[in-house]
Amino acid sequence: MEVDTAVVNTIIDKYGKDKSYLLAMFQDVQRQYRYLPKDAIQHICDKLNIPFSKGYEVATFYSSLSLKPRGKHTVHVCLGTACHLRGGPNILNTFERELNIKRGDTTENGLFTLESVNCLGACALAPLVRIDEQDYGKTTPGSVKKIINEYGEST
Amino acid sequence: MVEFAINGKKVLAEKGETILDVARREGFDIPTLCWHDALGSDGRCRLCMVEVQRGSRKRVVTSCLYPVENGIEVFTESPDVLLVRKTVLELLLARCPNSDVIQYLAKEYGVSKARYAPDNDKGKCILCNLCVKTCELNVGATALGMSGKGPLKKVTTPYGEPSHDCIGCGACVAICPTGHIYMEDRNGVRMIWNKRFDLARCPKCNRYHAPVEQLEFIARKSGTPLEELLICPDCK
Repeated sequence: MEVDTAVVNTIIDKYGKDKSYLLAMFQDVQRQYRYLPKDAIQHICDKLNIPFSKGYEVATFYSSLSLKPRGKHTVHVCLGTACHLRGGPNILNTFERELNIKRGDTTENGLFTLESVNCLGACALAPLVRIDEQDYGKTTPGSVKKIINEYGEST
Repeated sequence: MVEFAINGKKVLAEKGETILDVARREGFDIPTLCWHDALGSDGRCRLCMVEVQRGSRKRVVTSCLYPVENGIEVFTESPDVLLVRKTVLELLLARCPNSDVIQYLAKEYGVSKARYAPDNDKGKCILCNLCVKTCELNVGATALGMSGKGPLKKVTTPYGEPSHDCIGCGACVAICPTGHIYMEDRNGVRMIWNKRFDLARCPKCNRYHAPVEQLEFIARKSGTPLEELLICPDCK
């Protein structure tokens, strides 16, 4: 993806070019591009005068930062204890099959990124799927396709 | 002055020294992998564990980080120390089954086989951080860093790609205690960290001796003309 240096510069200036805000800058860049492009890391490191290898250390350390392009929607399949017992792994398998990707990957059309989480705190709704901010409780392998289609049509 | 005992022997030390400093000076053998003369302590390899007794309280601590204190009693070979060291070696052996250095140390402490399932994706790297530190502090290139965390943590150049900052000096290879980092010089070309370096030929003896990029780096940093640096150390 092409990185707009003006956009990245605005983010850097917002934090007064202070390297202690490196993580906050990375988060802002990620909000913009839905992931952390290599060129953006390089640009921020150059501007803040920190070695690229150090910026890369930070970028790879936090699991909330992604170095790979991410889909428009993030599918979180809960595999916490309650969801696990009520068939969470089956739901994940169904998503993997329906979207034709593995956990952690993004569909080719850039619509979905599939992830698992270890508890969303809504165990009464197990097995739970959360797409972006929207929760889908008591899912079954049969309802997975319906959920996917909701997003397929709106875009 | 600080006065304390190592294995029953009274020793004197300066304030601020570590147990490891003093123990080595006094001739006690404590194994280390992540400690280095030029870079000091890091507390990563956990091999230098010793037992410290103060009054009736005993603790097993990393001697490379523990500052000396008046009146403590240090034991470098007590049963607890040997047990901890053995466990550490078992873990290191499970991580790097092919490292001859770790095999040797393990054998010395009576560890023939690790209880844990061996890794096959870590090479000989024990994450001691020496290469990263020497690249930053001794060389000043800062081409290397750790990526990821937990079981996926590893030493790498950014994205594992040839790094703009790497000058191919090979300091990381020289300092690596287990021989993990691979470097090859062949036909005037050096390969290291997936990057190709053209080696410079000495104009006097016509031998390849250092990567051109390294000499340019030194010239830039020190102000010494490149022509002078092209002459190899043997012909100077």
